[in-house]
Amino acid sequence: MYLLILWLPLCGSIFSGFLGRFLGHKGSSIVSVICVLLSMFLSFLAFYEVGFMGLNYCIVLSPWIEVGILKVSWSFLFDSLTVTMLVVITVISSLVHLYSLEYMQNDPHLPRFMSFLEIFTFFMLVLVTADNLIQMFVGWEGVGLASYLLINFWFTRLAANQSAIKALVVNRIGDFGLSLGILTVFYIFQSVDYFIIFSLSPLFSGYCLNIGGSNISGLTLIGIFLFVGAVGKSAQLGLHTWLPDAMEGPTPVSALIHAATMVTAGVFLLIRFSPLIEFSSVVLNILVLFGSLTAFFAGMSGVFQNDLKRVIAYSTCSQLGYMVFACGISCYNVSMFHLANHAFFKALLFLSAGSVIHALANEQDMRRMGSLIRFLPLTYSLMLIGSLALIGFPFLTGFYSKDFILELAQVTLNKNIYSLEGAFACWLGNLSVFFTAFYSFRLIYLTFVNSVNTTRRNISTSHEPSLLMLTPLVILGFGSIFTGYLGKDLFIGLGTDFWKSSIIILPLNSYFIEAEWLNINSKWLPFGLSIIGISLATIINITKTHIYLYNTFYRNICFLINKKWYWDVLYNRFFIYPILNFGYLVSFKNLDRGFIELAGPYGFSKIIPTWAYIFSKLQTGQLSHYLFFIVLGACIFLLVIFNQIQLLVFYSVLIFFI
Amino acid sequence: MLVYINSTNTSILLFLISVLGIFLNQKNILVMLMSLEMMFLSVSFNLIFASIYLDDITGQIFSLLILTVAAAESSIGLAILVIYYRIRSVITVELMHLMKG
Repeated sequence: MYLLILWLPLCGSIFSGFLGRFLGHKGSSIVSVICVLLSMFLSFLAFYEVGFMGLNYCIVLSPWIEVGILKVSWSFLFDSLTVTMLVVITVISSLVHLYSLEYMQNDPHLPRFMSFLEIFTFFMLVLVTADNLIQMFVGWEGVGLASYLLINFWFTRLAANQSAIKALVVNRIGDFGLSLGILTVFYIFQSVDYFIIFSLSPLFSGYCLNIGGSNISGLTLIGIFLFVGAVGKSAQLGLHTWLPDAMEGPTPVSALIHAATMVTAGVFLLIRFSPLIEFSSVVLNILVLFGSLTAFFAGMSGVFQNDLKRVIAYSTCSQLGYMVFACGISCYNVSMFHLANHAFFKALLFLSAGSVIHALANEQDMRRMGSLIRFLPLTYSLMLIGSLALIGFPFLTGFYSKDFILELAQVTLNKNIYSLEGAFACWLGNLSVFFTAFYSFRLIYLTFVNSVNTTRRNISTSHEPSLLMLTPLVILGFGSIFTGYLGKDLFIGLGTDFWKSSIIILPLNSYFIEAEWLNINSKWLPFGLSIIGISLATIINITKTHIYLYNTFYRNICFLINKKWYWDVLYNRFFIYPILNFGYLVSFKNLDRGFIELAGPYGFSKIIPTWAYIFSKLQTGQLSHYLFFIVLGACIFLLVIFNQIQLLVFYSVLIFFI
Repeated sequence: MLVYINSTNTSILLFLISVLGIFLNQKNILVMLMSLEMMFLSVSFNLIFASIYLDDITGQIFSLLILTVAAAESSIGLAILVIYYRIRSVITVELMHLMKG
């Protein structure tokens, strides 16, 4: 049963991919949807058995690599963390499958699309169920590959190609870090098995590697490398540029990959390695800094984006920042809880956005929408649910996870457990709550409430999607309302034993009790900030006050934020073009085609005819010249024979003459 | 002074003179042939001296053979010279440069 969870999506992918020609649109849809739905039901069973009944499974299939002390086997680990991810992945994946049946129904390559979605699900499942780093890396790379294929689904579009290549290459930078991390793990622990690494990590907490004369803690080094991997995959600040561009793919792809599953792989990696990074305060501080900066930066960038999907992409980036800094303040279970909740409401937001785009004939610019509340009431209410859940409105899903993260960050402001990073994270996190509320409601207003800005033809043809597309939306809507409340006690309740040994939090780093006894004002702070954000968005969009904002300063700020703080421009100017130029001018033109050719084939073919010409010119035809060479040769021969002349001297004279 | 004028030195001197005779001669091919004969002479003289010095007959046998070879060689060489002269009407060595590299 446990292995079927994995094999079913693989089978679905193979069937709809290789046999799509024979199965046709309907056949491949049915096959893939049935496969993924079965996988979902089985993962619910697995969640029940592992999560509630407390059984942990580790299924060893077969040995894979056995070289010396390196022993890697195909084995699958099902513990609480894995089954939580399994449920998230398969639920989102099956809903997206159902949704894309109609969303993509007019696409001529539907079987291929289904196959790619299934292979993505399979690789994601391999990633979360692996019990060693190598097998996890298979899933990690496979997910990157599947994201390339899916972003590039409409491969005739130039923008899709560019974004797919960008996604793959930027991810690959992180993958390089992760592979370095795997090598370091193997160097230190002599094993890549999770069990061995995690049970040995307390022992190695004082272990130092001597690199270049300075001692670096081994666990810190591993943690930093793993974090680099997570930065790439989870779009943290620095390597975040691929995520907004990845919106070139179809909307269900954005919902599946860039909201719910693939970007969570980095956070999952950090949570999975909690027994290791918990022993390195340096890594935890790095997580806090980068996570809170990402949350703040992405929240701010989302404020003035005009593309419907791009706003949601930035909010994903921002929420991933929350998850990472929750890991940094050692609240891995809260991070995981937020991951699961976020998957629900972000998939809901993306799929509702897809529904809007579908209704408006592929119009994605929010400035050319408006007033859709009359035409798409159901989509509007679902989008509102998603947005309220996202901004952490009380009693919706986001409240239980996001606000708890902020409360935990606020604990560090207390005088007796004060930490600078924690305060930093607390303030940036609270500010990004404000931005989150602002852009969510800006989206709602621009798309649904404001007056119409689109063409009359679009308005007259706009309609609610059919039942097939609405069912996943409604399910996700219920999920966005209820998962937080229902899962709260299970995942982050005080003293819950759900996680067992899959997450380890040192007692020194755990502030759960303190978070419960926070000052009531600071508990209300995120809610107050989000109310301010909502009311600001309302004032700007409903009333006429926005005319006061048409001045140069405001416009410049808007432009800066709309251009994502020029990250892409700066990257292009200072990294990508110089590297490309270096590759062309130095390594291609000067080295490959220049020096190496000159020293190699080209130079020899040039110099040998010259020498041959000189040698042939020695034969002048004059008999006396020939005789001179004969006598000279005989003399040198005799001198060499009787050791009157060293061979070295002879050769050097010869070379000199040549 | 007389110490240096022994048989070996004489024959070597003769050999070197004949080498220079071939070498420095730019004009006449006859001089080259004569120098060649002188070279044979110096070698067979050396062989005869060695055979006497070592009290071994082999050197004298070799010198007799060289005498024969030298006679045959000079006859063939003169024959080639005659044919060459009939075609070119000149026997200057400098002008024999048809075969360049």
